[in-house]
Amino acid sequence: MDLSAINPVLLIASLMVAATPLLLAAIGELVVEKAGVLNLGVEGMMIVGAIAGFATAVESGSPFLGFIAAAIAGAALSILFAILTQFAQANQVASGLSLTLFGLGLSALMGQSYVGIKPPQMGDIHIPVLSDLPVVGPILFGHDIILYFGIALTAAVWWVLKYSRLGLVLRAVGENHDAAHALGYKVLKIRLLAIMFGGACAGLGGAYISLIRVPQWTEGMTAGIGWIALALVVFASWKPWRALLGAYLFGGVTVVQLNLQAAGVAIPVEYLAMSPYLITIIVLVILSADKSSAPASLGRNFHASR
Amino acid sequence: MIRLEKRPQPSRAWSMATPLVAVIATMIVGGLLFAALGKPPVEAIRTIFWEPLFGEFAFYYRPQLLVKGAPLVLIAIGLSLGFRAGIWNIGAEGQYIMGAIFGAGAGLAFYPSESFLIFPFMVIAGAFGGWIWAMIPAVLKTRFGTNEILVSLMLVYVAEQFLASVSLGLLKNPEGFGFPGSRNLQSWDAAHNAELIAGTGMHWGVVAALIAVIFAYVLLNRHMTGYHIRLTGEAPRAAKFAGVNPTRLVLFCLGTSGALAGLAGLFEVSGPSGQISIDFNVGYGFTAIIVAFLGRLHPVGILLAGGLMALTYIGGDIAQSNLQLPAAAIQVFQGMLLFFLLAFDLLTNFRIAIGKPEVA
Repeated sequence: MDLSAINPVLLIASLMVAATPLLLAAIGELVVEKAGVLNLGVEGMMIVGAIAGFATAVESGSPFLGFIAAAIAGAALSILFAILTQFAQANQVASGLSLTLFGLGLSALMGQSYVGIKPPQMGDIHIPVLSDLPVVGPILFGHDIILYFGIALTAAVWWVLKYSRLGLVLRAVGENHDAAHALGYKVLKIRLLAIMFGGACAGLGGAYISLIRVPQWTEGMTAGIGWIALALVVFASWKPWRALLGAYLFGGVTVVQLNLQAAGVAIPVEYLAMSPYLITIIVLVILSADKSSAPASLGRNFHASR
Repeated sequence: MIRLEKRPQPSRAWSMATPLVAVIATMIVGGLLFAALGKPPVEAIRTIFWEPLFGEFAFYYRPQLLVKGAPLVLIAIGLSLGFRAGIWNIGAEGQYIMGAIFGAGAGLAFYPSESFLIFPFMVIAGAFGGWIWAMIPAVLKTRFGTNEILVSLMLVYVAEQFLASVSLGLLKNPEGFGFPGSRNLQSWDAAHNAELIAGTGMHWGVVAALIAVIFAYVLLNRHMTGYHIRLTGEAPRAAKFAGVNPTRLVLFCLGTSGALAGLAGLFEVSGPSGQISIDFNVGYGFTAIIVAFLGRLHPVGILLAGGLMALTYIGGDIAQSNLQLPAAAIQVFQGMLLFFLLAFDLLTNFRIAIGKPEVA
């Protein structure tokens, strides 16, 4: 065992990379849940985004186009969920599960000819002087553009939810859809848009895994990150900045256990690999005592009878 | 103007018809999907649904129907109890794995004894393994209000890692030349869940599945607990006033579904699969969710839906070898089925009305 091989600067830098897919998916789901919809299909939308982005990037040679395709694919899949829950009035838990099961199958089908290929590289940004600074450089100024986009998105969602009219309407729909309807807001339309936003974010998160984090395509490669993102929204009490904190925490756990595996710690690999899931459970237990911040209409369908 | 009018009561006729409509819609859209993959659509659908039952080699495939259907029905019956009451155990895959590990482990501890008590002991241990794994989300939910969906799902990944660990370590076959995986239980009579009637595919898991169907039917229709389950699902507030104890209901539903999933795992590891290995689980726990919904959460419906799902597994295998249809296409097919089912359920709960709403 050689713990000195673990470089703390690289550890933090790779922690941020590991946290980004989680952050993107969680921010998207946070908006969806703020609108009163529980979409359990995050894992399915992520994996479809992962392969759609991967395939597009390989075919076009542009990782950037890949990310756009991933967002579109995620949003397209989420529309299926929206049709089921918002128009066909289906149970949200069952619909979300079906989205995940369907997405896992669809991605495996789409990805058959892409196993074992290397995608085009997305370059890290390089700012003269700043990126070359010791310690601070690689941590703050040496990443790819999507990572910064994730942080910017967190700030944007925080601002919109807190200060804008749109955010107020969205929260009203999530807290009490009957009252929002009575005030003349289009509940279904707002929820549809929120669901699509969540789908696009999940798709981006998936593509981040297949194009940057790994970068490769393997079947079922999201390995529960979509579900951890769902847990993260609870952890964050539906607050964007806490979602960022949570994503870095879980990213940290993942990176540390991978580093420990590499360093050959006396704990068997399988038990280290369990740790992110176990920690998710523990965190959920600690935080689930307080449910006061959950949107009041979460998971309830709306049908305008009058 | 077309609009939706909520029915005062869900339509019984549509409730029975929607699974059939969903299957037909899935066949049509699935056929289009197969055509898009460059496979003959009618041929593919026929291969999946007809070949295993009445094709040339049906004598070989029909027993497989029982082998594949039994774990699906066993797990889905357990899940349906919770789903009816709004208790969502989606970690059956993990409970299935733990049932297999506990059951096989309990048996292998006595290797190479030939006592007739070993198999019954394994059955109990298997059910216990699934039960204890499901008790984790159950207790966390009742004690701390933790979301059982997320916890039970996280435990699937934990169970998969544990499975990898025991197949490489604790349960590894000492005479296996270093290959991962346990001893083969099929070659050890005392632990082998053999076919009860040779050539029929009928093993103890099939018997257990049929018993579970009967028990669930009696429970839901003739027993107080079953009544409480239905009441909680349909009218949670009324259930509260009627004195239903939600804690006991959560423990009962999750525990039962866990035990049944564990049993399914044990019967699989001691029978068709034969050994604990890294890739032992093939997703029955997730497919069973589709089976439960497709069967309308009703025991008899689940029995039929389990048969249909087993058919798509076997037919998918045949289509894979005959038509080179990718295995993932069948997964998409199964997922699509649930989609259509949920979508067409609209007709069960709503009436499509044409014209202007009447002024009340």
